[in-house]
This record gives sequence, structure tokens and C-alpha cells, in this order.
Amino acid sequence: MVEPPIIEVRDLTISYDGQPALRDIALDIHRHEIFGIIGPANSGKTSFLRALNRMDGFNPGMEVRGSIRLNGKDINDWRNVYALRSRIGVVLPLPVGLPMTVYDNVAFSPRLRGIRKRAELDEVVERCLTRAALWDEVKDRLDSLGSLLSGGQQQRLTIARALSQEPELLLLDEFSIAVDPVTTMRIEDVLRELRSELTIVLVTNLVQQARRLADRTAFFLMGEMVDIGITEDLFEGKVRDERTTGYIEGRFG
Amino acid sequence: MFTATTLNRRSQRAQGVARAVFFLMTVTLVIPVLIIAGTLVVKGGPAISWEFLFSAPRDGMTAGGIFPALVGTVWLVAVALLASVPVGVAAALYLSEYAPDNLLTRTINLAIINLAGVPSIVHALFGVGAFVLFFNIGASILAASLTLAVMTLPVVIVATRESLQAVPQAFREACWNMGATRWQTIRKVVLPNSISGILTGVILEVSRTAGETAPIMFTGAAAFVAFLPNSVLDQTMAMSYHLYYIATQQTGVPEEIPFGVALVLISIVLLMNAISIGFRVYLRGLKKW
Repeated sequence: MVEPPIIEVRDLTISYDGQPALRDIALDIHRHEIFGIIGPANSGKTSFLRALNRMDGFNPGMEVRGSIRLNGKDINDWRNVYALRSRIGVVLPLPVGLPMTVYDNVAFSPRLRGIRKRAELDEVVERCLTRAALWDEVKDRLDSLGSLLSGGQQQRLTIARALSQEPELLLLDEFSIAVDPVTTMRIEDVLRELRSELTIVLVTNLVQQARRLADRTAFFLMGEMVDIGITEDLFEGKVRDERTTGYIEGRFG
Repeated sequence: MFTATTLNRRSQRAQGVARAVFFLMTVTLVIPVLIIAGTLVVKGGPAISWEFLFSAPRDGMTAGGIFPALVGTVWLVAVALLASVPVGVAAALYLSEYAPDNLLTRTINLAIINLAGVPSIVHALFGVGAFVLFFNIGASILAASLTLAVMTLPVVIVATRESLQAVPQAFREACWNMGATRWQTIRKVVLPNSISGILTGVILEVSRTAGETAPIMFTGAAAFVAFLPNSVLDQTMAMSYHLYYIATQQTGVPEEIPFGVALVLISIVLLMNAISIGFRVYLRGLKKW
């Protein structure tokens, strides 16, 4: 790959109140790829995502050591953590419709960037809701509360909100937990299209979802990165560690 | 076919007894309230008239009305609110939204709880020492209101903090993840969704402030002032102190007058509480999650 990676992680160790959750992770994430992370519960997947966005600042017990570079620059050297976070979209397992209208949910981040013109905001809202496969369902009730949509709709609203940040990196943490299978498939189609514009890190419990979406996949187990490689290779048995095949085939986990 | 065993019947009987005991205790609770309210209405009711509400006391407070005391109480409550609400809400915002969870924060929280437990007479003496003498404000509405403000600050802080903390943390994290600062998050998400609880706390503070006697006795309330207050540096009559005075310090006051004063005072407090409850119900209907 000629282009330098968007994310370079070295010696990353994360602990909560002294209890290590993730140890000595080193990996690169390439621009315009979907990078999957699979692994059983408590293997450190979510901690990894939280560290990328410096979400450790929300949680006093969480300690991150090592280096994470975004576009070659250590994320701790960003003069302004808010500017860093605004360039990274996050979608968490449980949807969070903010207690404001559907429109305001999606216009929140553009407004933070200083966009005030109604026409411009209208355009962003429609584009992001369309991309998140939600526009057709909500275009007639943009003024109703985002928190009153169904779970699956709220999750797509969360995705639309993340896209409204115009992020270069999109972090998805088990986004399909609260979403029905049909909608999940629609969102997966959207993610495939988005790959041309941004880079996606996809944490998932669903091994097959990683296979459908991810270009490369890492397997985390009990706080260690056991395996990393081209997704198809892992699924065809070209693994560094037998435990990867064991997990993929559902023999443990 | 199912038949009740002895054990079934016994547990059912125990359940009936428990229910009856709890019901009786609840009724016991209501009785004093009914007696107090009934006595006040029966004995104080005849005293209530437009003249009683809107004229000054006459003949050594054995006749006339309570107008200066009503106006004085409004002044005391208003100035106390102006002093305590900005400080209390700001402190609660800091404690809930900014402060790290460390020894200092926990000490401050403990201090606030203890401040709420300080007897009002101690606040009164503090008010005399601090506002009347040290800051040399003199016995005045300002000194009395500041004393009331210090006393009711914990109520405002605790009510505000609780309504802030009722806003789900997930909302805050969603905003932070989009790059919003803490202040942007507070302004756009936290405050709009906690303002109902904050206002409820403020109204409850009003009703408590209106009824307090000890904190204003030495700091600004007067037994009799012939004129209405012109500024916060005047002394004033107040409902609670007026009631104390005519009930214990003055002879020859017809019985219905103190009962009438008490009836008006308790009506103000109940009205405030009713507004507070109505407000909460109304705003809960608007709640957005």
C-alpha cells in the first residue's frame, strides 16, 4: 500500500482501574478500508474503539498507554480534543436518539461547525438521512422527536448523525444489536458504498458480518490480538493461530 | 383441581394483616394535617377579608390587617431567590458536569448535605455575624434575604444536581463524540432536559423561605414598621415573624388574628407547592425520552 495508513497503533495497552483490558496492540488501518474486529465478549474490542476517539476522557478509571497516530499525528498531540472527535464518527451498540427533533439530531454537528443557513442545513440533513437509509421513512416527520423513533430507526439516525460530521473515520461498535435483519442488510450496503469516502472500523460479534463487510479483520481474545489478516484468508483457514479458526467456526467464544 | 394449602392460607392472612397495618399508619399520617388545616380554617377563617389582607395592623396589632407583612415576605423571598438561584445552579452544574470525582468534590458534596442539616437558628446567628455586623449591612431586607439564601442553597443545589443527573449519560457521550464541548452539551442537551426539575426545586425553595422565622428575626424582620419597604436596606415586617410576635409577644390580640395570619401563610406555602407539582406534571408530559 503506497498511501500511509490512516491509523497506526503501537504498544497500545488499556486498563481499567489497573486491570488490563487490552495488551500490546500494534496494527495499521488503511485508508478506505473496512477494518473488522471480532472476538468474544470482554476481549477488549470496545476499549480499542474508545481509545481511538479519546473517549477514555469520559471514564476516569480508563487508562490508555502506547501510541495511536491518526494521519501520522499522535492523537494526544491534537491541540483540541473536540476537533479530533468531530472528525471521527461513532456509532454505539444501543442507539442514542438525542431528545430533539430528527432534523436537529442530524443538524447538530453541522451547527457546531458553524453552518447556520437553513438551505445548507436542509441539504446536509437530507443527504445524511438518505445515506443512512432513513430518509424515506422520516422525511414527513423531521420535526418529531428523534428519541421517539423505533430502535432500528434510531440506530440509522445515529449513523446519519455520525455522517453529518463528515468524518474521515467511522467507528461502529456492534451497530446491529438493536436492528432487525432487513435493516442491517440495508445499513451494510450503505457501509460498502461509504468505503470510497472514508475509513470504517467495525467491531462486531457477528463473525459473518465481518466476513460480509471487512477487507481485513483482527481477532481479539482476552485482551490480546491473536490474529490479523485479509478477511477471506482468515475464513479460509490461513491463520497464524488455530484459535482464530476455532472462533470463526463457532467452536468456542 | 387446585386447592389452597394451610401454608397458602397462612401467607394470605399475614399479607392481609400487613396491608391493614400499613394502611392504618398512612391514615395516622393524614390526621394531624386535617386537624391543623381544619383548626386554621375554622378559627382563622372569620378574620380573612380584603381589609385584613390589604391594610396595616392598628391599635398595637390588636386590629387591622397584615399588608406590610405580606409585602415584606414577598421582598424577602424575591431577594433571597436572586441571591441563591444563580449561585446554587452554577455550583450544581459544576459539581454534576465538570468536577472530577475526587476527595475535594466529595468533601464539597458532604459539606452541602451538612449545610442542609444546620438548624435555622444557627443560620440566623451566622447571618447576624456575617451580614449584619461583619459586612456592616445592618438589620435589613438584604441581610435577612442573604441569610435565607445561605440556608436554602443546599435545597437548590441538590434539586438541580438531581435533575441534571437524571439526564442519561448516553446523551452527553453522544454529544461529546460529535466533538461538542462540555458547555455546548450542557446548553443544547442537558439544560433543556433538566430545567423542569430545577424550577421545581426553586419553587420548593420559595415555600420554605416564606415560612422561615428564625433566620430573619435578628437580621431584618421588625415587629412593626409603619411603612412599606422602599429598598433592600430597609427593615420590614414578615408573615412568619408577625405570627410569632402577635402569638407570643403581644397581649390583647383577638384569637382569630393569629389564626388568620397562619391561614394566609400556610395558603401561600400550599399554593407554591401546588404550582410546583402542577409544573412538574406539565413538564413531565413534555419530556423527550
